[in-house]
Amino acid sequence: MIRARRLEKKYGDRRVLRGVEFELAPDDFLLVTGPNGSGKTTLLRLCAGLARPSGGELEIELDRARIGFTAHEPLVYRELSALENLDLYGRLYRIPERRERIGMLLERFGLWDARHERASSYSRGMMQRLALCRTLLHDPQLLVLDEPFNALDEEGAALLDRELAERRAQGCAFVVATHDPERVEPMATLHLALG
Amino acid sequence: MNYVADVGALARKDLLLELRARDTLPAMLLFVLSTLVVFHFVLPADSSQLEAKGLLWVGIVFTALLGLSRTFAAEREQSVLDGLVLAPSDRSAIWLGKAIAILAFLVLAEVVALPAFALFFSGIDAATVAGVALADLGICAVGTLLAGMAVASRARELLLPLLFLPLAIPIVIGGVGASVAAHPGKYLGFLALYDLIFALVAWASFEYVVTE
Repeated sequence: MIRARRLEKKYGDRRVLRGVEFELAPDDFLLVTGPNGSGKTTLLRLCAGLARPSGGELEIELDRARIGFTAHEPLVYRELSALENLDLYGRLYRIPERRERIGMLLERFGLWDARHERASSYSRGMMQRLALCRTLLHDPQLLVLDEPFNALDEEGAALLDRELAERRAQGCAFVVATHDPERVEPMATLHLALG
Repeated sequence: MNYVADVGALARKDLLLELRARDTLPAMLLFVLSTLVVFHFVLPADSSQLEAKGLLWVGIVFTALLGLSRTFAAEREQSVLDGLVLAPSDRSAIWLGKAIAILAFLVLAEVVALPAFALFFSGIDAATVAGVALADLGICAVGTLLAGMAVASRARELLLPLLFLPLAIPIVIGGVGASVAAHPGKYLGFLALYDLIFALVAWASFEYVVTE
């Protein structure tokens, strides 16, 4: 699904990644760890197709419509409601039965009652739940998750644990960067330590 | 049809954001009206058509620049651009949706500005209106591309005018020519050609502007 050989990424003169190698099969779970500034987020952006490598090879055998990406930021408009944000993404991803899918995700992540409220009124934890709804909306085959447990309370984290396990059982591939590796280590089939 | 639906969804989202935040259009309206009032008192009473129309075009270009500087504000402040870039739609749809939204704001500002110009200075003829309409297309096409380039830079407030104003010079020449010439056809043709070339360049190159 993803093959990286001597992968390198530079921003100006600053080399962020160097010599990264891995091969991700369709049912693999790649756990990416490393200290701050080691290039975890950069690697995830490369895997999601948001950045191009400066050197080496990166083959992604997957259409970007099949990739779900959770970043540090929720990637939603704060002046729009959860429903409006997800509807916009649903249209762009051309999801059949968009409304039903959005309703199901909002219910599952406990945002249904707040669906008409502007995202600017959400707490950080609710924002992260909305970001996860956005990530899962188009039923991706590859999930690229950057610190997905950030800001989630115990209930939210347990919800995400369940969601990851379900997706894992369905054969979804993962690239996950986290400072809390114990949480996802049992699911990991590959481990990449950066820095 | 998918492309048109994507552009529609993106443009609708920008119009909805403006309806909620109201931070671009009121500023554009206030700016263009203030400019015309100032020019009204600065220009001597016997000033020529060329001078008056020239100032109208200066007002239009700077009003557009004000709107363009806010084009990607929501995406920058809320880091949403990555989400749009990840979507499977053609990335030029982001440019076109933004260009349509900023065109709507500019047209609304001109709906107020042109009658105000007629009140303060002189009447507006059909050639001027046609010139403004064609210029709006070029301004929004090229301006949205440049706003997309500038948004990634730390010096974006400086970079956008530096990139946009030189490229707006042909628009001002064509617009003033269409407004005052006895035979405005060639100036209108020039503006249409400018629109076509820059719309194609912006459409084809936007993908490279939004990926690292």
